[in-house]
Amino acid sequence: MKRFMAFVKKEFLHIFRDYRTLIILFGIPAAQILIFGYAVRTDLKNASIAVLDNAHDDVSNDLTLKLEASDFFTISNHLSSYDEIDATFKQGKIKAVVIFPEKMASALTREGSATVGIIADGSEPNTASLVTGYTTGILNDYSSALTQQLTASLPVINPEVRMYFNPNLESHFMFVPGVITLILILISALMTSVAIVREKEFGTMEVLLVSPLRPWQIIIGKVAPYFFLSLVNVIVILLMAWYVFGLPVRGSIALLIAECMLYILLGLSIGILVSASVDKMENAIFISFMALMLPSLLLSGFIFPIENMPKIYDYVSMVLPPRWFVEIIRAIMIKGAGFAYIWKETLILLIMTLFFIGLSAGKFKIRLGEGGK
Amino acid sequence: MTEIKKVIEVEGLVKRFGSFVANDHLTFDVYKGEIFGFLGANGAGKTTAIRILCGLSHPTSGKMTVAGIDAGRPEEIKKRIGYMSQRFSLYDDLTVNENIELYGGIYGMTMKEIRQRREELLTRLSFSQYGEMLIGSLPLGLKQKLAFAVAVFHDPEIVFLDEPTSGVDPITRRQFWEMIYETASRGITVFVTTHYMDEAEYCDRVTIMSEGRIVALDSPAALRGRYNTATIEELFVKIARPKTETA
Repeated sequence: MKRFMAFVKKEFLHIFRDYRTLIILFGIPAAQILIFGYAVRTDLKNASIAVLDNAHDDVSNDLTLKLEASDFFTISNHLSSYDEIDATFKQGKIKAVVIFPEKMASALTREGSATVGIIADGSEPNTASLVTGYTTGILNDYSSALTQQLTASLPVINPEVRMYFNPNLESHFMFVPGVITLILILISALMTSVAIVREKEFGTMEVLLVSPLRPWQIIIGKVAPYFFLSLVNVIVILLMAWYVFGLPVRGSIALLIAECMLYILLGLSIGILVSASVDKMENAIFISFMALMLPSLLLSGFIFPIENMPKIYDYVSMVLPPRWFVEIIRAIMIKGAGFAYIWKETLILLIMTLFFIGLSAGKFKIRLGEGGK
Repeated sequence: MTEIKKVIEVEGLVKRFGSFVANDHLTFDVYKGEIFGFLGANGAGKTTAIRILCGLSHPTSGKMTVAGIDAGRPEEIKKRIGYMSQRFSLYDDLTVNENIELYGGIYGMTMKEIRQRREELLTRLSFSQYGEMLIGSLPLGLKQKLAFAVAVFHDPEIVFLDEPTSGVDPITRRQFWEMIYETASRGITVFVTTHYMDEAEYCDRVTIMSEGRIVALDSPAALRGRYNTATIEELFVKIARPKTETA
């Protein structure tokens, strides 16, 4: 045990002495939280739009006021002709133009309908669909209020929508679990594989293998500090999410931490497997990045909903640990779910962990037997 | 050597990688306190043999004991040996003191022992002023000497040195061999591989390897006499060229 502790101490020295490691460990999580929190927004706030009002009557004025009054839009331009639309879009300041037709109010009262044009900047498809969605929502509200006024006696079905768990559709609810998922796999898999491969590349691994330390002690000694630091990271991220965005953990914190530990263990076992398979640090970084980071980002359902993907990606994502972990952590943090709701995902992660540990243990044995490079 | 206690016994050691035979029925003994050299060209099988003796690699067949312990119990062997590879084996980002603490700790020494011995060691090498410096900031020669000192820091019965002087300047090589002598005089057996012919002259006994086999084994003087050559280098050219009949 004393031998082992001497070894673990050295690993901590490596980590704290290398500022690059420290940046990855603590700088990246903080940066990601802030970037995702403030820059990457999937909800809409104060988007600039332009209005082309050909009517200038009560209805168009009302609607313009409603658009302006909503938090979603700021009306930055009032256009006077169709010719200005193209140029205004090209300036890039506005996301959409709302066009009210001539004699809008009278068309509404006489014919019972009027058409409002919405032209959105299609070069940013996500924003465009958000903008058109929100604008349509405002128009619908207005017209149903109007319908009720005119035909108070007719039965009307009013949908009353409530976003359960996330009433304001805040995007922090989505990205904080995502960032935790990403960071944990980054630290546990990438950093440990690099740390182990570094020993191989510098030739110090041989010296360690000749020493009385058992191979499993070497591996555990290498990964233990990262396990510990990953947990510290989870706590830092949760605190940041709480202080900066007011995002609470609704479920049991103990359960959340326990699930994080399982996921970290899984990441570490993948890292060990990577390190058993390659001899160069660049390769370890490349494999970890291509095989873990990118799929985690794209296929875990953290940014792009899996339901919207072609079926094949759905199947691919099933073998990716992040997919299951995102489910778990969302369930605990946002929905306040207990273990009864997430045991299936937990079991999948557990099986994956055992699988990778078994695989890498076998791999290390073979390499020692072959004795070699 | 007046001592006749055997610290390494190897009999019929074979190591195959697929169809390639890296070690072909090696048989030799090493005696306590001697400097035992393994001489051979690159690819002659020296490193393979030293890796097997250290427990880094398993032999395909053959019997061996190291430090009186059967190869079947590598964990016991590992406590009794030291090792220095041809690649530099200390951590650049740790200080001299930290490296020594690490290896001392791994070999189960107490902190008190480590401190005391480290003091002695650094004074003996007149390295005291380097204690708090990062290994990475020291010149190669110093590092190499330190790596050797660390390999024998825990007082092993045998120390294995795999081409310890490759890439080192002649003066440092000279000093390095002085350290080897000093170590052997403390009763630590030194098992060293090299491809420098002049270094073979410093060994008590030399094994010459070629294509995985031992082609000669004796003291340098006896070998020169037997093959009637002035230097080991000449001898080597004479007997260890590939495709040569063995003696």
